[in-house]
Amino acid sequence: MGDFLDLFLNFEIMAKSWPLLAKGLGITAKLCAAVIGLGLAGGLMLALGALSPRRWLKWPAIAFIDLFRAIPPLVLLVFVFSGLPFAGLDLTPFLAVVIAFFLNNSAYYAEVFRAGIQSVPKGQAEAARATGLSQPQAMLHVILPQAVRNVLPDLLSNTVEVVKLTSLASVVSLAELLYSANMARSVTYNSSPLVLAALIYLAILWPLVRLISRYQRGLAAH
Amino acid sequence: MKFLETFFNGAVMAKYLPDLLGAIVTTLWLSAVILALGLSLGLVLACLRCLGRWYLTLPIVAFADIGRALPPLVVILICYFGLPGLGISLSGPAVLILVLAGVLAAFAEEIFWAGLTAVPKGQWEAGRATGLSFARTLFEIALPQAVRLGIPPLVNRALAITKMTALGSVIGVKEILSVSSSAQSFSGSATPLTMAALAYLAIFLPAVILSRALERRFSWAV
Amino acid sequence: MTAPSPVHRRPMLEINRLEKRFGETRVLTSIDLSVAPGELVFVIGPSGSGKSTMLRCCNRLEEPSSGTILLDGEHVTDCRGAALDRMRLKIGMVFQGFHLYPHKSVLGNVMLAQIRALKRPKAEAKARAMEMLEHVGLAHKADAMPAELSGGQQQRVATARALALDPKVMLFDEPTSALDPELVGSVLKVMRRLRDEGMTMLVVSHEMGFAREAADRVVFMDGGVVVEAGPPEAIFGNPQSDRLKSFLARVSKDEE
Repeated sequence: MGDFLDLFLNFEIMAKSWPLLAKGLGITAKLCAAVIGLGLAGGLMLALGALSPRRWLKWPAIAFIDLFRAIPPLVLLVFVFSGLPFAGLDLTPFLAVVIAFFLNNSAYYAEVFRAGIQSVPKGQAEAARATGLSQPQAMLHVILPQAVRNVLPDLLSNTVEVVKLTSLASVVSLAELLYSANMARSVTYNSSPLVLAALIYLAILWPLVRLISRYQRGLAAH
Repeated sequence: MKFLETFFNGAVMAKYLPDLLGAIVTTLWLSAVILALGLSLGLVLACLRCLGRWYLTLPIVAFADIGRALPPLVVILICYFGLPGLGISLSGPAVLILVLAGVLAAFAEEIFWAGLTAVPKGQWEAGRATGLSFARTLFEIALPQAVRLGIPPLVNRALAITKMTALGSVIGVKEILSVSSSAQSFSGSATPLTMAALAYLAIFLPAVILSRALERRFSWAV
Repeated sequence: MTAPSPVHRRPMLEINRLEKRFGETRVLTSIDLSVAPGELVFVIGPSGSGKSTMLRCCNRLEEPSSGTILLDGEHVTDCRGAALDRMRLKIGMVFQGFHLYPHKSVLGNVMLAQIRALKRPKAEAKARAMEMLEHVGLAHKADAMPAELSGGQQQRVATARALALDPKVMLFDEPTSALDPELVGSVLKVMRRLRDEGMTMLVVSHEMGFAREAADRVVFMDGGVVVEAGPPEAIFGNPQSDRLKSFLARVSKDEE
């Protein structure tokens, strides 16, 4: 037991590695903001494309969504980070991560938005168009607010996935939370920094995960 | 054409194809084991939770929450680098299977449980009223309905988690990404990465398309 | 004994040789129908007779396969894009299923298209919305959400939502058939009042009693064609075709 505490919950080492981890947390936050923001915007565009009656919009959007849902995000990241320099595109780790996860994540958000938009009864769009609202106006003021509310748990759960996803950035040496923790581990020969990182992720994500469960139960009860 | 030479070099492809085929087999069996373990553990946990005993429910909920909130890579690193300090040395594949099956079990438990709570109370009452035992009612009446409800989210989640076998590359598992990454650094060509991306597409694109079809079949949305 | 014929006035709504096909199936065949300003025209007929499709063609929620529709002399069938949106502002529609926006309050429902489509200033839109809610007897529910209202109240809000845009004609698509019987009266009262104020109305409905009492003209459709049309006393009192006779017999049996 003493071994276990010493190796995994060594408060001294945790305290020492905290400044490094805090810096990493800052980068994780920046990464999340960029990927979530871009992912939401891209996902919405893709969803609208996938639901469009115009074939030249619909099929490319669906192909994009399926393609990037099929490729593991880490593979995409390695491809963007180590593959694109061969094509003369040298990206900073941060940019590579943002691009790779934007591609992956917008596909996932697109599926959520698509399900949401499809969950709004057809009569809503008809009522809106019958009162002279244009297609974009009907989408913006009538369909989307209801769509988002209908899939809020899924949007939330996808957002949790994005935060977890950013930990993969450590693989391309971007000094985010996990990378910093692993760095501290290899210097101290002690896993406590990794455990601290895990606790930080838990502190951020557990409330959200609880919220999602309660939401889903609420929906199921109706 | 430089682009083709860089990303689709025939000689490089031929040279590393045997290695890659071996890696594909590894990825496939890892995925199969993770799916089997994760889904069955999730199902067992959801059934145990049905018993309504707090000493079962509490650890199950904690497990499901933590499994959903923690980035898998963090847990993988802790297990791989931390456990040997306690005299527990697990191979890369063992760690990968343990962690990913655990994560899948956490999600599957939540999905099965959400399905079970969505089965109307009258179904349980009808089962018990016709003389079925608790276990029979659970297995023959409630669970089949819950599983049916849970299939679309379950397929999506299982897909996302099997794609995470790529994380094995971080701890030396010879799966597709790690084999192609090392081939890329040996050959100095981006072609092995292209091959990896194509291999993943070949495995997961049919699954993504299948999930779309399943979702259509099982959605009885309003 | 019949009311003065409206033919010498320009019709408010004019449907000429309207046809609608879904693939191979012909739903409407050469419909001719005109509604004079201030006239209340009732369309009756068995379900599947095409009456709702005909109504939905009038504001192009359903695209006519051929034929023309004119509103106050302007072509509805030629409009594209923004011109169609502007045209729809002049054609109010009330649906069987109400289709109130569940995420907006009663007031928000009535204000939305005024602000976004008609570009009215907010204060003016609000004043107009309150006036219309007053008109349908629901001013006190302005801040309620649609889910808190009864079906009849929702239908009256839907009517106010259409009226607030100052349409030239109102289309009613089975406005009472989703309502509990005791709630029908309040909706009919609003429609009666609209007629008395001179609103042009085209109504698809099963309310035979109301048609007999309030309609200026009744059109009987069956199988996608207009079989018979005339003043209510003729349609109900002296039906000519066998199809109308058997329809009326069936309906009166149902009502007993």
